[in-house]
Amino acid sequence: MSRIASTFARLSGSNRKALIPFFTVGDPLLESAVPTMQALVSGGADILELGIPFSDPMADGPTIQRASERALQNGVTLTDVLAVVAEFRQTDDVTPVVLMGYANPIERLGLDAFAAQARAAGVDGVLVVDYPPLEGRFLKAALTQVGIDTILLVSPTTTEQRMSEIAQLATGYLYYVSLRGVTGAGHLEVDAVATQVGRIRSYAKVPVGVGFGIRDGATARRLSEIADAVVVGSRLVEEIEASAPTEVPRRAEALMRQFRHAMDGAQ
Amino acid sequence: MNVYDLPDQEGYFGPYGGTFVSETLMAAIEELKAQYEHYRQDPEFLAELAHELHHYVGRPSPIYHAKRLSEHLGGARIYLKREDLNHTGAHKVNNTIGQAMLARRMGKPRVIAETGAGQHGVATATVAARYGMECVVYMGAEDVRRQAQNVYRMKLLGAQVVPVESGSKTLKDALNEAMRDWVTHIDDTFYIIGTVAGPHPYPTMVRDFNAVVGRECLTQMPELVGRQPDVILACVGGGSNAMGIFYPYIPQESVRLIGVEAGGDGLSSGRHAASLSAGVPGVLHGNRTYLLQDAHGQIIETHSISAGLDYPGVGPEHAWLKDTGRASYVAITDEEALQAFHTLCRLEGILPALESSHAVAQAMKMAPALGKDQIILVNLSGRGDKDMATVAERSGLHL
Repeated sequence: MSRIASTFARLSGSNRKALIPFFTVGDPLLESAVPTMQALVSGGADILELGIPFSDPMADGPTIQRASERALQNGVTLTDVLAVVAEFRQTDDVTPVVLMGYANPIERLGLDAFAAQARAAGVDGVLVVDYPPLEGRFLKAALTQVGIDTILLVSPTTTEQRMSEIAQLATGYLYYVSLRGVTGAGHLEVDAVATQVGRIRSYAKVPVGVGFGIRDGATARRLSEIADAVVVGSRLVEEIEASAPTEVPRRAEALMRQFRHAMDGAQ
Repeated sequence: MNVYDLPDQEGYFGPYGGTFVSETLMAAIEELKAQYEHYRQDPEFLAELAHELHHYVGRPSPIYHAKRLSEHLGGARIYLKREDLNHTGAHKVNNTIGQAMLARRMGKPRVIAETGAGQHGVATATVAARYGMECVVYMGAEDVRRQAQNVYRMKLLGAQVVPVESGSKTLKDALNEAMRDWVTHIDDTFYIIGTVAGPHPYPTMVRDFNAVVGRECLTQMPELVGRQPDVILACVGGGSNAMGIFYPYIPQESVRLIGVEAGGDGLSSGRHAASLSAGVPGVLHGNRTYLLQDAHGQIIETHSISAGLDYPGVGPEHAWLKDTGRASYVAITDEEALQAFHTLCRLEGILPALESSHAVAQAMKMAPALGKDQIILVNLSGRGDKDMATVAERSGLHL
């Protein structure tokens, strides 16, 4: 069983939901990535999503865009991101790691080369924001060959027809974008999310996670009653932005702990 | 050449094009695709478009024989397709009218646009005023500074201009920001893209709306000189004016099509915006095409004296025309474009946009080596009033 599948199986056994933090590798420093990953796990994270920096993050809001810019100023590349995962794997062989980014850096490296190197580094899933299923089919084939999951997005505007098609193709988990807009926006309507997640569940064979706009423990708690996983991105990146580099792991861990407690209180 | 009927069903021109957007935009793209597919063949829509282009834009635009320029160069005869004479002063309005008409039929009361030089922003603000629509234009903060006149024009027309402070603060960043607006306001907003790039169906739609330029040339040139030109030149940033004049000529194999990119300080300097001349294929802004990028797939900051050409990508159909050899692409430096700007002003009394000056410069380069029986047709895509401050600054003057 893959790390992602066994994580969801274990959580389901203890009636808990997955907490998935996101941050961009290289923000604030390349060296802070592995300690931050370890701290997030200590704070209660179940799966880690790592952002691959990109110069033109079209689907992200200002917070994650700034994180990408800081990482690029530090000269961080996709190869560096893979090296971070490999280093993390030396101390943690259990926590799944999902890479999230845009198509161009991956295409520049080459789809097969990327798949092979991601496999060697210990990556479990890949989410390419600007690869809808049709355009992403070649990468999905390459990733499937090496046993890496392709994480797909479903949005509030996704039609019923597309939803069923995406659910058929999904591996690992499905990522439901919980609001209309970019990452970090703040007008999430929990009731509407509940309805949509219910519809996705009727098609999905994999767990359903919810992300975009989850800023506090209370929202995470309500969403964890609906979904299998809650993704916390911009809120964590803001915390990183506001911290001195040496303080990042400690504050990331403290933030995770807040979300963890809020979510577990829901059960 | 076989019948040219690209793009295919999935919006591909060979390996270029496609729909590389987040799932959050897919529903809007699918809706646009279906509606455009319907209206592009709707006689009532096409009749209204023709009426607007004639009475509001002032089409057809004339073709002018630049005799003094031709004689000065002493070679081929140079003709100018006068898109600078359109209402709003550039070809951009051909497209914004078409897309705004589509937006109205789709029940979208709000339009947004990205702009570089400000010409597309002005053309969008103009049609938004004409049709009573709310209009927001995203413009890189650096371009807001360079093109203050156009910013004021947009405001006079009732548009809100949003300076974009992220990234290189130019056209590509404005495009990112417009995409973000679109995804947030998808129900009531139509995104009017200004060039032949972006996710399918934009490259096709923008080409089709601008193809009126090439279609007019197909009938005007035989009337003027008894035949089609030997060479057609057009500047290429994203490539909308070039695609507009090239497209109807693709089957006319004896006509050489040459796109002129922004060479900035020269290709070897690294400071330029010549994606086809110096880029490699990749994915940006919804399509696969030639991009200026580093070895790790990050998009590089570009440079051109002309804000409208200052873009690291290019329309996917140009990428395909380059690979197949049907069109070729060259680069003109800032300095060469400026010389062409001044030469056209002095010899013909026409003040060209700095974008279009790149195409004029290429004509000046080629003409002397060609015989007097040869005909070069230049798409003079816009007028240069907006560039006077930039040109004055280069001459050490401040207006």
